[in-house]
Amino acid sequence: MINYLGKVMTIFFKDLLSEFRTKAVASSVLLFAILVIIIFNFAFESDSDTIGLVAPGVLWVTFTFAGVLSMNRTFVVEKEKGCLEGLMLCPVSRDVLYWGKMISSLVLMLIIEAVVFPIFLILFDLPLWMPRLAIVALLGTLGFASVGTLFSALAANTKARDMALPIIFFPVVVPVIIAAVKATDLILNSGTWHEMSSWLEILIAFDVIFLVVSALVFEFVIEE
Amino acid sequence: MKIRGSLRNNTLLGLGFALMMISLYLMFIYVPTEKGMGIIQRIFYFHVPLAWVAFLAFFVVFITSILYLWKRDTKWDTLAHASAEIGVVFTTLVLITGPIWARPEWGSWWTWDARLTSSLILWLTYIAYLLVRSFAEEEEKGARFAAVIGIVGFINVPIVYLSVNLWRTQHPPELVSDLEGSMLLTLLVSITTFTILYCLLIMRNVSLKSGIAEVKRLRGLLEE
Repeated sequence: MINYLGKVMTIFFKDLLSEFRTKAVASSVLLFAILVIIIFNFAFESDSDTIGLVAPGVLWVTFTFAGVLSMNRTFVVEKEKGCLEGLMLCPVSRDVLYWGKMISSLVLMLIIEAVVFPIFLILFDLPLWMPRLAIVALLGTLGFASVGTLFSALAANTKARDMALPIIFFPVVVPVIIAAVKATDLILNSGTWHEMSSWLEILIAFDVIFLVVSALVFEFVIEE
Repeated sequence: MKIRGSLRNNTLLGLGFALMMISLYLMFIYVPTEKGMGIIQRIFYFHVPLAWVAFLAFFVVFITSILYLWKRDTKWDTLAHASAEIGVVFTTLVLITGPIWARPEWGSWWTWDARLTSSLILWLTYIAYLLVRSFAEEEEKGARFAAVIGIVGFINVPIVYLSVNLWRTQHPPELVSDLEGSMLLTLLVSITTFTILYCLLIMRNVSLKSGIAEVKRLRGLLEE
């Protein structure tokens, strides 16, 4: 068990290190996310009356787009430099690759969100301290990363590459988007934990189901 | 073998044709017009069987996708591919007949109700399923990728349904038990007819796909 975890962490640290050295994905996705928020601000002409209505949607659409963008890179980068063959030659089972890649996508997304969140709250003039939002963001991002890792490996192996991921990713993450938007809406409009609970349940159910299913079918996506 | 196959085909074709005529008679002449909704309610006898067949088709895709990944026998992939195509056609018809009924009843073509939204997501997922095959460089790869989407997409349906249901719902619930005798009869006959139509279509589609594969194989032999 410890050995298994160690292998997963090795892959995770490899990804983190290469991202830390190049900062290629994080910087561009971060800038992209901020630009999306700014564009939404023009699109909705949000004033203090409508902010509560549009803010949750803006936040999660931004995260969804940013998530697709960053997850597209996770396997395309590996593919371009022939690293994927190296990874597959590693004496580890395929699901170790999945968990390693999933955790690195998750952590990268969470880092990006940690920067985008305060900027979003400031630009939309919302209270800065919202710990409950962090829980929703964590669960929602885990949902994105669970299927995103599977599908980005799939997309990287096709001719269409960048186009393939959104087409297969968006329909599947609809429940995450609905539940996350609704939970965020309740937080911004001071709803209770009780009101939020059913949305959190959907997020948790989605995360658990798709982490298991994705880990199981991952081997079929990357085999040559 | 071939003669017996075509005999079975023709029997099913004859049965399907006879049943379709009976269904049409039941739908348009035999069954009384519903009191509240009027003539438009008759579309119900198309809409429900179409939805049933669409769901059946996607369920077949789910099962055959698992079998394909497990056994790696091309026949399962051919069956999955054929069923997915039929499922997409039938879902398209469901998405067309639904709004025709909804417009006079609800006063709007479309609402973001649980069943409507899940059907739409289902439709988008399986269009992606069909697209991914053409994205892949080799056919075997495309079959594997499609199978993964066939599995993940189907597991997702109940989660989508649950989350949208919690969000808002307007679609009339299944009132089969409340249906008047003649209406129930019409519905059941219609469902049987469309199920036979599905069987016919899938047999045709599978033999067409096997034919295409055979032609490709022969062409490969010629080029060698």
